[in-house]
Amino acid sequence: MPKSLLLRGGRVLDPSTGIDGFFDLLIDDAQVRHVGRDLQAGDAVVIELARGLVVCPGFIDMHVHLREPGQEHKETVATGAAAAIAGGFTAVACMPNTDPVNDQAGITEFILKKAAAADKARVYPIGAVSRGSRGEQLADIAELHAAGVVALSDDGKPVASALLMRRALEYAGMFRMPVIDHCEEPTLKGEGVAHEGYHASLLGLKGIPAAAEEIMVARDVTLAGLTGGTLHIAHMSVEGSLRAVREGKDRGVRVTCEVTPHHVVLTDEALDGYDTNFKMNPPLREARHREALLGGLGDGTVDAIATDHAPHHYDEKGVEFDRAPFGIVGLETAVPLALDRLVHAGVVSMPRLVQLMSINPARILGVAGGTLAPGSPADLTILAPDLDTTVDPARFLSKSRNTPFGGWSLRGAVAATIVGGRILYAHSAFPALAAAKVARA
Amino acid sequence: MPTVMDADRMSRALVRIAHEIVERNRGVGDLALVGIRTRGVPLARRIAANLLTIAAEQIPTGALDITLYRDDLMRHAVGPQPVVRKTEIPFSIDDKKILLVDDVLFTGRTVRAALDALIDFGRPKAIQLIVLVDRGHRELPIRADYVGRNVPTSRDESIQVNLQETDGRDEVVLQRAEAV
Amino acid sequence: MSAPSNLDRAESVGRPLREEPRPATRLRARHLLGIADLSAEEILLILDTAEAMKEIGARPIKKVPTLRGRTVVNLFFEPSTRTRTSFEIAEKRLSADTLGIAVGTSSVVKGETLADTALNLEAMAPDMIVIRHGSSGAPHLLSRICRSRIINAGDGMHEHPTQALLDAFTIRAHKGRIAGLKIAIVGDLLHSRVLRSNVLLLKRLGADVWVCGPPTLMLPGIEQFGVHATTSIDEALADADVVMMLRIQLERMQGGFFPSLREYFNVFGLTAERARRAKADAIIMHPGPMNRGVEIASDVADGPYSVILEQVANGVAVRMAVLYLLEGSVA
Repeated sequence: MPKSLLLRGGRVLDPSTGIDGFFDLLIDDAQVRHVGRDLQAGDAVVIELARGLVVCPGFIDMHVHLREPGQEHKETVATGAAAAIAGGFTAVACMPNTDPVNDQAGITEFILKKAAAADKARVYPIGAVSRGSRGEQLADIAELHAAGVVALSDDGKPVASALLMRRALEYAGMFRMPVIDHCEEPTLKGEGVAHEGYHASLLGLKGIPAAAEEIMVARDVTLAGLTGGTLHIAHMSVEGSLRAVREGKDRGVRVTCEVTPHHVVLTDEALDGYDTNFKMNPPLREARHREALLGGLGDGTVDAIATDHAPHHYDEKGVEFDRAPFGIVGLETAVPLALDRLVHAGVVSMPRLVQLMSINPARILGVAGGTLAPGSPADLTILAPDLDTTVDPARFLSKSRNTPFGGWSLRGAVAATIVGGRILYAHSAFPALAAAKVARA
Repeated sequence: MPTVMDADRMSRALVRIAHEIVERNRGVGDLALVGIRTRGVPLARRIAANLLTIAAEQIPTGALDITLYRDDLMRHAVGPQPVVRKTEIPFSIDDKKILLVDDVLFTGRTVRAALDALIDFGRPKAIQLIVLVDRGHRELPIRADYVGRNVPTSRDESIQVNLQETDGRDEVVLQRAEAV
Repeated sequence: MSAPSNLDRAESVGRPLREEPRPATRLRARHLLGIADLSAEEILLILDTAEAMKEIGARPIKKVPTLRGRTVVNLFFEPSTRTRTSFEIAEKRLSADTLGIAVGTSSVVKGETLADTALNLEAMAPDMIVIRHGSSGAPHLLSRICRSRIINAGDGMHEHPTQALLDAFTIRAHKGRIAGLKIAIVGDLLHSRVLRSNVLLLKRLGADVWVCGPPTLMLPGIEQFGVHATTSIDEALADADVVMMLRIQLERMQGGFFPSLREYFNVFGLTAERARRAKADAIIMHPGPMNRGVEIASDVADGPYSVILEQVANGVAVRMAVLYLLEGSVA
């Protein structure tokens, strides 16, 4: 089987190297070799791409929950990595709130072993900030780092203690790892299940005020300034958080942030009807916040789009709204949503989308990828921005179906996902991509 | 659209019925009128007025809504749901002779429902039935004791009773079903 | 029926309208999940039908055969005396077979999910399920998985539609209308499903609604509800036609929503003196159960303008109307 692949005729788009045009792209030995015009095929498999397709550095979802170990009925590393590929992601970073929590090297190694066996998307484990994510005592961060953890987070919970957050930022700095915080002031959140405002009031749902997030973002930005550590704000959902991040960046604090597709597409109005697939944390916010996030995507304040892919079994979601777990799956809907609601809607340009979903996640996490520079790993996402997609949860590769987007018609799809030079996913509309066989390096 | 009864004929029929009531019951003692909503109610009031003239006695008069007793109530797939209206029988029916009044006697199902409803109010000594028009086609063993006019009809025809109180004029017309 | 009969004849009799608009001829939805789903016309249809139903309660035999052969399950996950009894009487007066399931005696305590409980009941083919549940939206969940018609008898902090309907029925009985009345609702607004249903209903029928309570118990986003919100009970009561007091749950004090019951009564309690700010013929309402001396003084609750017990009596007629109309609804 050949070990080279020549992609011809697509629009190659890599803002990290400034490439944007119709070029050939040669992959050899799992690496990008050349990007140029009229490249010689040699013994490479040649694929002629339709001119509408866009070849980008592989997308990286820096915020997913793969549920393994401990909650394999929701998702496993293998099914999550397969869902990632199908959704156009060549790599994912998985949160440590498994059971047990990924707070020690053994668990990190277990996840990496599962990921290698699955042989789908690359999986970068995120380690816990604190032992058991209990928010009391730092986890064994050096050991976690040595085992392959790329960032630290107690996601699912905030780091409630300002002192512990300070220590985490200081200590993680030694390994150049970011601390990713799920920002939420726990007493203000209380038993809230929906954004505090008119719709929650109308539906009789306990509210989570925007301030619960904003306060923690402001605290964390302040602490990042104090310590010089690297802070990343997870799934930011309100205007005030954006303001705090913007202010931090202006004065040189090392802070980045992400937003989810659902927070920039939906608002709390969607809760009418009590469908638990609209229940997530942070909750869907009112229109004002959504508009602010769209502004942040456009003006560069927001660094990344991450899905917060949170699979739950249908039995767990099929309960009373206030008893249902928070979260939705996102890996297999993120790209069509981003293309339809952000690119085609004129919120961000295509190059900016590549920054948000590939280049910046790679840089924030300090992992390979996010570029098509010669010699970099041949992780590519090929987009079909004008191909219509109807979201069909029954066809998800994820074990779970908890999406609010079932049945949505969107313009934009993933044409193919290439990891390490091999085409691991190809849309049925592009049989040439599906048929190409490339050997493992 | 043939007119079966005009205002004059209707009025004379109601007077005749009042006389028959007095004759048959040997006076008006223990009598009470109950009209079936909607048009049985004004008819009952008119008969009460006639009886007042003839016998110089005010007969207690009530209104009965039989909607909740209908046998076809939960069988309607479409169309407006029957509006439930108030039943007003402001006297005890125990040991009274009840004169039940309706505009048209057809299948007998309305009267069946009305009999059931009346029994829930007590134990009358007797119940007699007054109708303005009997058009035949009975589906239950029910007959009227006093009839304004017998009108032979076919099943696809219908009888429309219009009254001054509810419709602005007194007349009974025979209609083809399509015209209803 | 195969042939037209006078049973089928549409009634076109002009009836004096107490308020615009005209009542609907039937309900559109097969469930009663909340007032939010009802049009003004449908609300009037329910109220008008309840007028007729009320008379049945005054008969020697307080029963009509309307729902004979229909089975109604009363599924109560929260303790309730008033609402549950009221529904049961209403069902029995319409000759339905009723079955009460209380949480303490069912498998719910053994950890069964609401969906499974509902599906198991459903397997026994009831025609309607009346549900009271502590979670907002629980009746909606049932309506998605059950074929039975669902009636919301109170869900969490969301809605209590039959309470609002009986309140409107009671107001109309005294005032002849809803439109244009100043109606003050005072108390724990935040946690009250009675408040939400009443605001939706009274606004829909054109009332001028004032809500009053401590800022800690105010609804976020209240400005979008189309009501006047105030923390001054005197302002809320001034020239009110109707004063509706809401229950203060004692555990709210522990939740830190206000400092003490004594202070609450001093600032927000309905005293005879405060009640005098309302119109001379104002009526005083309370959905019960009352905390005497907390939200309402006993002399007001037991006073001549109190219609609190009438509300309870009207509850049966209103619930009969809802049961009858839902059974014949379009869907």
